[in-house]
Amino acid sequence: MKNKYSIFSLIKNAFSNHENWQRAWRDPEPKKEYDAVIVGGGGHGLATAYYLAKKHNLTNIAVVEKGWIGGGNTGRNTTIIRSNYLWDASAGLYDHALKIWEGLSQELNYNVMFSQRGVMNLAHNLQDVRDLKRRTHANRLNGIDAVWLETDEVKKFCPIINTSQDIRYPVLGGTLQKRAGTARHDAVAWGYARGADEMGVDIIQNCEVKGIKRNGDTVEGLETSKGFIKTKKIGIVAAGHSSVIANMAGLKLPLESKPLQALVSEPVKPIIDTVVMSNAVHAYVSQSDKGELVIGAGTDSYISYTQKGSFNIVEETLKAILELYPIFSRMKMLRQWGGIVDICPDASPIISKTSIKGLYFNCGWGTGGFKATPGSGDLFAHTIANDEPHKLNAAFNINRFVSGDLVDEHGAAAVAH
Amino acid sequence: MFLINCPYCGVRDQSEFVSGGEAHIARPKQPTELNDDQWAEYLFMRKNIKGIQFERWNHVHGCRKWFNVARDTSNDKIEKIYKMGEQPPKI
Amino acid sequence: MSKNLRINNKQFVDETRKLSFVFNGKKLHGYKGDTLASALLSNGIHLVGRSFKYHRPRGIMTSGSEEPNAILQIGNDDALTEPNVRATEIELYDGLVCNSQNCWPSVKFDIGGINNFLSPLLPAGFYYKTFMWPANFWEKYEYFIRKSAGLGKSPTKQDPDMYDHRYIHCDILIVGGGVSGLIAAKIASDDNKKVLLLEDKELLGGSLIYDDSDISKIDDQKSSEWLKKLIDNIKKDQNITIKTRTSLAAYHNYNFLLARQNLTDHLSVSDRNNKIRQRLYKIRAKKVIISTGAIERPQVFHNNDRPGIMLASAVKKYIDYYGVRCGLENVIFTNNDSAYETALSLYKSGTKLNAIVDIRDNSSSEIVNQVKSLGIQIYWNHTIVDTKGYKRINKVTIMKLNDKGNDVIGKKIELNCDCLAISGGWTPMVHLFTQSGGKLRFDNKDNIFVPDKTNLDQLSIGSAKGDFELDEVLKNSIKDTKKFLQIENSNFDKINVKCSKEKEKKNIWLLPSDKPLSNTKPFLDYQNDSTAKDIKLALREGFKSIEHVKRYTTTGMGTDQGKLANMHALGIVADTTNTNMGDLGTTTFRPPYTPLTFGTIVGRNVGQFFDTFRKTPMHEWHVDKSAKFENVGQWKRAWYYPKDTETMHDAVQRESKAARESSGILDASTLGKIDIQGTDANEFLNRVYTNAWSKLQIGKCRYGLMLNEDGMVYDDGVTTKLGENHYLMTTTTGGAANVISKLEDYLQTEWPELDVFLTSVTDHYATACVCGPNAKKIINKIFKDLNLSDESFPHMSFKEVKLGNINCRIMRISFTGELSYEINVEASYGKYIWEKCIEAGKEFNITPYGTETMHLLRAEKGFIIVGQDTDGTMTPVDLQMDWIISKKKYDFIGKRSLYRSDTIREDRKQLVGLLTDDPNEILEEGAQIVKDENKKPVNMLGHVTSSYFSPTLKKSIALAVLKEGKQLKGQKLLVPMINKTIKVTVSDTVFLDKENERING
Repeated sequence: MKNKYSIFSLIKNAFSNHENWQRAWRDPEPKKEYDAVIVGGGGHGLATAYYLAKKHNLTNIAVVEKGWIGGGNTGRNTTIIRSNYLWDASAGLYDHALKIWEGLSQELNYNVMFSQRGVMNLAHNLQDVRDLKRRTHANRLNGIDAVWLETDEVKKFCPIINTSQDIRYPVLGGTLQKRAGTARHDAVAWGYARGADEMGVDIIQNCEVKGIKRNGDTVEGLETSKGFIKTKKIGIVAAGHSSVIANMAGLKLPLESKPLQALVSEPVKPIIDTVVMSNAVHAYVSQSDKGELVIGAGTDSYISYTQKGSFNIVEETLKAILELYPIFSRMKMLRQWGGIVDICPDASPIISKTSIKGLYFNCGWGTGGFKATPGSGDLFAHTIANDEPHKLNAAFNINRFVSGDLVDEHGAAAVAH
Repeated sequence: MFLINCPYCGVRDQSEFVSGGEAHIARPKQPTELNDDQWAEYLFMRKNIKGIQFERWNHVHGCRKWFNVARDTSNDKIEKIYKMGEQPPKI
Repeated sequence: MSKNLRINNKQFVDETRKLSFVFNGKKLHGYKGDTLASALLSNGIHLVGRSFKYHRPRGIMTSGSEEPNAILQIGNDDALTEPNVRATEIELYDGLVCNSQNCWPSVKFDIGGINNFLSPLLPAGFYYKTFMWPANFWEKYEYFIRKSAGLGKSPTKQDPDMYDHRYIHCDILIVGGGVSGLIAAKIASDDNKKVLLLEDKELLGGSLIYDDSDISKIDDQKSSEWLKKLIDNIKKDQNITIKTRTSLAAYHNYNFLLARQNLTDHLSVSDRNNKIRQRLYKIRAKKVIISTGAIERPQVFHNNDRPGIMLASAVKKYIDYYGVRCGLENVIFTNNDSAYETALSLYKSGTKLNAIVDIRDNSSSEIVNQVKSLGIQIYWNHTIVDTKGYKRINKVTIMKLNDKGNDVIGKKIELNCDCLAISGGWTPMVHLFTQSGGKLRFDNKDNIFVPDKTNLDQLSIGSAKGDFELDEVLKNSIKDTKKFLQIENSNFDKINVKCSKEKEKKNIWLLPSDKPLSNTKPFLDYQNDSTAKDIKLALREGFKSIEHVKRYTTTGMGTDQGKLANMHALGIVADTTNTNMGDLGTTTFRPPYTPLTFGTIVGRNVGQFFDTFRKTPMHEWHVDKSAKFENVGQWKRAWYYPKDTETMHDAVQRESKAARESSGILDASTLGKIDIQGTDANEFLNRVYTNAWSKLQIGKCRYGLMLNEDGMVYDDGVTTKLGENHYLMTTTTGGAANVISKLEDYLQTEWPELDVFLTSVTDHYATACVCGPNAKKIINKIFKDLNLSDESFPHMSFKEVKLGNINCRIMRISFTGELSYEINVEASYGKYIWEKCIEAGKEFNITPYGTETMHLLRAEKGFIIVGQDTDGTMTPVDLQMDWIISKKKYDFIGKRSLYRSDTIREDRKQLVGLLTDDPNEILEEGAQIVKDENKKPVNMLGHVTSSYFSPTLKKSIALAVLKEGKQLKGQKLLVPMINKTIKVTVSDTVFLDKENERING
């Protein structure tokens, strides 16, 4: 690697006043033609390009990004990573990703700060208990390290949770996945970008896709704000904007794009050392390395591309936070923002070929795509390179909405939708 | 937080309403005549438009009536509100 | 309190009210009217904190919400302490206790200060490049990183304070009570508009109110005098509602705004009892006027972060408003005229001003001429190249700038000072404007972003819009407000304003030093310790977008959200990349404008008000009988009724035995109830349920299953035909609201031609369900005239009878398999009828049972519970309920989906019964079922949905969904648990009374 990062390179560069660091990635103009083009420079898109180059030797490829890389949901999410999903197909997909996360900093030579501080999911009513126990049993048999915790064990693992049985929806127990945790979102995009660029992938920012050129049922290229780019394979990884691009190709997807909000508090000294999620009273929280409480809110009911949600959603979320953590009442919200999440009817993603040859979609991650970033990129790269899905993403084909073989993960998805 | 002018109650805060998604997707009159693809088209496939979208809203914490809204999903500006059964306006 | 730092100033600070406070354990004094910052400064204290990364000593820098350094931990009570409070914003109160943050052992001697020497190893983004070896060690590094990061400490006990919400609707909302906002308020009020005026400080008037200049005059009066009269007028104005100590937090679409009012934070702790601490205003304004003013910019030069370095406007405010000298030996460093006002304030207050350093070649404005005439030394075309003094500035070194302004020339001059007042010009506070979706335009003349386009009905005026000189501020505010409100004339039209006019401008985003940039520390973001070098490093490494630069260097991500840092960061990026700042754009300003307390956002909706409690009319009776309750949606349902020392298991065994052997009674009031009327009611039921309803007779009941349009089971319940065109539908407790919403949706949008009306009557009726072999006898005792014979009142039928004046609807339906009657009465008679049943049932040992027993009893009969035995992926066929799907009906909701290729597959999961080989072994609900647990990956066939020990059958029974379950009856399977494997046999779903004989008693 031309510019390997380590404590030694940091010391070496300190002597030259950090004047000699090379660019993390180039800033090329698009070529006339590529073997494949990935639309969308978020974590999933950049990871796809990285694995296309690394595992499938496709290096004459480009990632085109409307704005700046990592500026969409990659840079807006609450960075929770876990794999405790219910169905075999989902467990396979998300745990594949989790296994890559475990070595990702070393693989990319970029510290993505994957921190396995554990993720707890709380139960607040008897059906929650049944559902979470069911998920834990399924996880265990799928080789995923989730365990059930009784209320006192929940309290022991995270002492600041209010486990009083007198509150409106008392904590009746929860699950814990210790391998789960958080990572630094920006670093994931930047790390993959640097790795892909190193192998020759062109990352083209400020390049908006305006149209998809087809010849019958085969793609021929992309119309972009930087001109026409010829290519036989197009992988769309445009999250909230997936439908917009699909419409350019004359396709409809089973997606709705909705606002999802998040917020952080002012930074404080360490107070919560794990990630705690609660679906029933809808609150999830962790603490960043900087000390901010990172809190995820729910989705709005309507479609919107504004990256803004309604305030009452934030209000509801903080209400639930104070129910579970009354000590946070005097903490202050520092920043609040929104993203656009593309939601599938079964709360599972689509990583699939389409009826148009050479056009592939990776979308529908809804509220929980960040955790899957490395796995999603790897499997999507496989699908594009081979024109066939990998066995781990076969279930996530687009045809399931026709045949009725949905992968219903509403129970395991973070935000009920 | 939009303000929505419910055709039955007047202007109310958005929190009183719930969205029902894309409008003018009529339930097929003869579902059994459709093949799986056509049925999936009705059931799941959506335009999910960025721009002016015709959509359904329900005044769920009010009169409980459904009605249609033409809203620009790129800036949340409501262009027109019209009742169920009426044709979408030309915008 | 140092005497020589406090100047007599009776106007805004009440020197008769001495207040004591404690800073870092030291008792100090200030006065009513002080902020914590002014009180600290009056005691000669600048050093109040340490920076985030390098732990450099930092002092109070500003006098407002843009303060990056003076953020303190207030209070030392575990419940009441508050981290990260800006000393510049909090009003001093008696007994205030505060401490420096992010330092150990003390702010004066901080071990973390070693980071300053390691700083060459800690450039922007260093953590992305290291801490990767050995692999898996990140969490160990992270532990120390986390410990050293963070600022203050979270409270560790529950907040005892109360918070409140209020809604306000107004014609005109004016944000900011400075001179432009006040004028706009008066103009709007004179036009008879309802005005809401918000001011985040205690007093109205902004910076003009303490302006003591002789140069600026309004209508030939001293401008502050003129303003005071206007304020007096406004306070009397009936059209204007004024909220002080109220800061606008967020400006959302459709002119929806949030503001936070501080109600008690300025009071001594003993005066706060039982008062609301903060109130959140949710404002809907027809029109919004933003007059939030501007923030002074610092200048970026080597070592520009030492305690004692302050914004010039702050130095002025501390003198003119608080009567506090920030230093005894002052130097001013500026690039514009406004700092000369500070020079005059220093002069007038008799405070020593050693020199003014100005990067401009000269200035000939009235105010500069006045300063010149006072004989104050001005170094034109000079810049500061270094400062000295670790815990307090004591010296600055200046040099002459070259022609281009990119290097320094000549010899070094050293100037002594204990306070350096810096000014780099002004930045309009456009945060609210951009939050609202407004687009900015770059003004090359003043190097500022100003409001440009907006979709909302709003206006920015005054320095928030980019007008900085008094005559422009006033005249444009008047003109723009009139236009905005469509007013022809105002009382201010003839206003006469005099002020000094700035003629020379010069701006250098990064000032040169005699040292190479790499050897300097020119700070941009004081709190996050990001320097101009970090920006340049980010650009070298290819971070091109301003958002990338911000994220990589963390510039603008501190608690001040970049109020001071952002413009210089942009400027340096523009200069380095040769881009026009206007093309660069800004980073997004995200709400809130200043940090907003969680408690304030939540308001009263905490504790018992977290969510509605829905209680049945019999609730108190259950409480009296020591029932345990289960949350089902918002309902509190009796779960079981333990007697004495009974466990749940004991109680459930007793209750269910009683129901089977004699009689039991259940409060079923929570079931959803929908009254359906209309000539097409029957057709409607045909369309929403899977089974046929056409032949149901009046007085008869029928069980129905409702699907989603995707073919999956959605809800179930019994519907009774009360009369021709009149039905009563029941739904599950949890599903009631969704069911009626869904039905209304179909009715209004798909089938508007149907004459059907739906009314939710869940809360209108209470339901007591009496079941068991003696149920008939009990009902007979209460309703003596009612013919209960099976011929007259068979299973699945209904009678309406009177008990005195009470109308009773009795349904003979059963969810337990026992003979059972459900008595529905108007809710207010619920407890009466319940007690009547208990009394009549006494001789039959009538036993109240809760939901747990109900679940057991129905499981013995193989009846499903939607949501427990189904999970949104089960069709009626999967539930082995093929019989309920009408073959004759052309269509019903979900029918088409049942025939998709994957829903007709034979190998889907199907509902079955399970019996454990050991009859005493009770399966765990949620446990997975396998055939072979050794073959990996384990092939999971399904899971246990319901499981109980049946006292009647004296064995454990369970329901489960199982792949190809229909074919597996009699098969031996395994349920693997963590520490054991349970052997089970697949059985029928009906465990008890397969012949349905008990239904008739």
